[in-house]
Amino acid sequence: MFAFTVRRLIQMVVVLWAVSVIVFLMMTFTGDPVFMVVPIDATQDEIAQARRILGLDRPMIVQYGIFLSGLLQGDFGLSYVFRQPAFDLILERLPATMEMVVVAMIIATVVAIPLGVYAGANPGKPLSRLIMSGSLLGVSLPGFWVGMMLIWVLAVEYRIFPSSGRGDVGTIFGMQTSLATASGWHHIILPAFTLSVGTLAILLRMTRAGMMEVTRQDYMKFARAKGVSRRGVLYGHGLRNALIPVVTIFGLQLGDLIAFATITETIFAWPGMGKLLIDSIYRADRPVIVVYLMLVALIFVVINFLIDVLYTFIDPRITVK
Amino acid sequence: MMTRFMASQLAFNWRRNLSAIGGTVIIALCLFIVFAGPSLVSQNPYDVKQLNLLDSYLPPVWMEGGNPDYLLGTDGQGRDVLAAVIYGTRISAFIGLAATLLSCVIGTFLGLIAGYFGGWLDALIMRIADIQLSFPSMLIALFLMSAFGTGIDKILISLTAVGWVVYARTVRGSTLGERQREYVQAARVAGLRDAAIIWRHILPNVMTPLIVVATVQVGTFILIEASLSFLGVGVPVTEPSLGLLIKNGFDVLFSGLWWTSVFPGLMIMAMVFGINLLGDFLRDELNPRLK
Repeated sequence: MFAFTVRRLIQMVVVLWAVSVIVFLMMTFTGDPVFMVVPIDATQDEIAQARRILGLDRPMIVQYGIFLSGLLQGDFGLSYVFRQPAFDLILERLPATMEMVVVAMIIATVVAIPLGVYAGANPGKPLSRLIMSGSLLGVSLPGFWVGMMLIWVLAVEYRIFPSSGRGDVGTIFGMQTSLATASGWHHIILPAFTLSVGTLAILLRMTRAGMMEVTRQDYMKFARAKGVSRRGVLYGHGLRNALIPVVTIFGLQLGDLIAFATITETIFAWPGMGKLLIDSIYRADRPVIVVYLMLVALIFVVINFLIDVLYTFIDPRITVK
Repeated sequence: MMTRFMASQLAFNWRRNLSAIGGTVIIALCLFIVFAGPSLVSQNPYDVKQLNLLDSYLPPVWMEGGNPDYLLGTDGQGRDVLAAVIYGTRISAFIGLAATLLSCVIGTFLGLIAGYFGGWLDALIMRIADIQLSFPSMLIALFLMSAFGTGIDKILISLTAVGWVVYARTVRGSTLGERQREYVQAARVAGLRDAAIIWRHILPNVMTPLIVVATVQVGTFILIEASLSFLGVGVPVTEPSLGLLIKNGFDVLFSGLWWTSVFPGLMIMAMVFGINLLGDFLRDELNPRLK
């Protein structure tokens, strides 16, 4: 286990380094950031001076060195637009995104797993067919369009939910979150549900496929013969084994949720880091984009690592190498 | 060829599977719209001369104030929504199909090379694939588009950059298996060059699983492209796909002008749903583990 952890940590560092190189190259070869900081009527001298201050006149490899040492110290430079440290800007908006992702994940899990178990244990029943058609529709829907339709019906026509914003923010365990207030919950339901649709459908389909595979196994029949109730077999013996592939997908889905949160946040004007990313792309605010990408890359490698560790707890037959 | 296909097991099962037939019918209808599209509507929605500003924001024909010339209503520039949806479908479908084809060709090529030759090339290709797979496709595509700027060619590059990985991994896996088989060894003993062995003997034997991957990927790509265009980093405004139509409709949704965004969304849904129905059927049929 120790050797595994060390090897995975080294691997994580290598991946993050590779991402930093790619991000640096992409940022360097697409447009000149100097025009973001100088006024439109700047003279050649002023442009050259700005270039010197930003370090853009140095050789590529030196620029990368400066970039990398900045990353390691958490210094990503100032946002061109806000004139504040880009890292702080992203960090400020991280809780808003995370609370939406977490609520979306909870909605998806709570709905998908029971429905998936039912559809997998009772294939061919009308309700199972309905669930499966619904889930196929769920993966075929553009998520942002679902959000728009919800806004149109529930916020514009019937005014049950607010269409934008995060509501009041309270403090739980020293973290600023809208999950601490009733108004916050009122605001988060539509965006979180919108975000969860795709994940819900995929988790449901994975759970069902896993269940169908395990219900054919001999140990399921044996447990029934031993006198365990049907529900006990399904949830006690079946689900545990069916969940192994679901856990992998769970990790990947968490990543997808963070990625698609950019769109959901844009639709619902949710003040998270995804919306900040999209705004920064429009304004070519490069430091903010870099922080977002590196932070998200870090989150992803950590999630993947945790998933690998989680395997061994769910299925003792798997040993980490 | 056709009669041989109709007599096959696949066709036999297809005829007995309602959702497979449904998916095929939906796809056929979409293809019909793609090819016959412009001749189905009288207005070219992107020829400014054919637009009449006086006809802006007309509701669909069954609502009060609707005009029978515009079955699904009009947008803010007097553009027929039905015509815009048909033209948008062409762009969305083209991007989905072309990006899938490119991904398939490049991914298969890299997978064959990695699986057949092994060594450092294999390690390099597979490490890149591993790194890439730990990030969501949507995010990579969004990042690439934000660096490239808008454009159909750029979307194709971005989608191909995220799409090749599944083919490379699948093909590499099956190539590793095929390489050990007697027929490949026989071909090698017979003195065939590597390129000929790969092209003529291995490739046909590793293609079947790709059919399912490619089918589902067309749908995924249509959705990703729609999302990118919705965010404004996809197609340019001069060539609006369904995603961009929805974006334009979003701005006026709050005024209750729902038809400019509802219909393009329904079209995407129908298209991807049809593809997924067929993809599900193909996966069940072509996956020997389930038989």
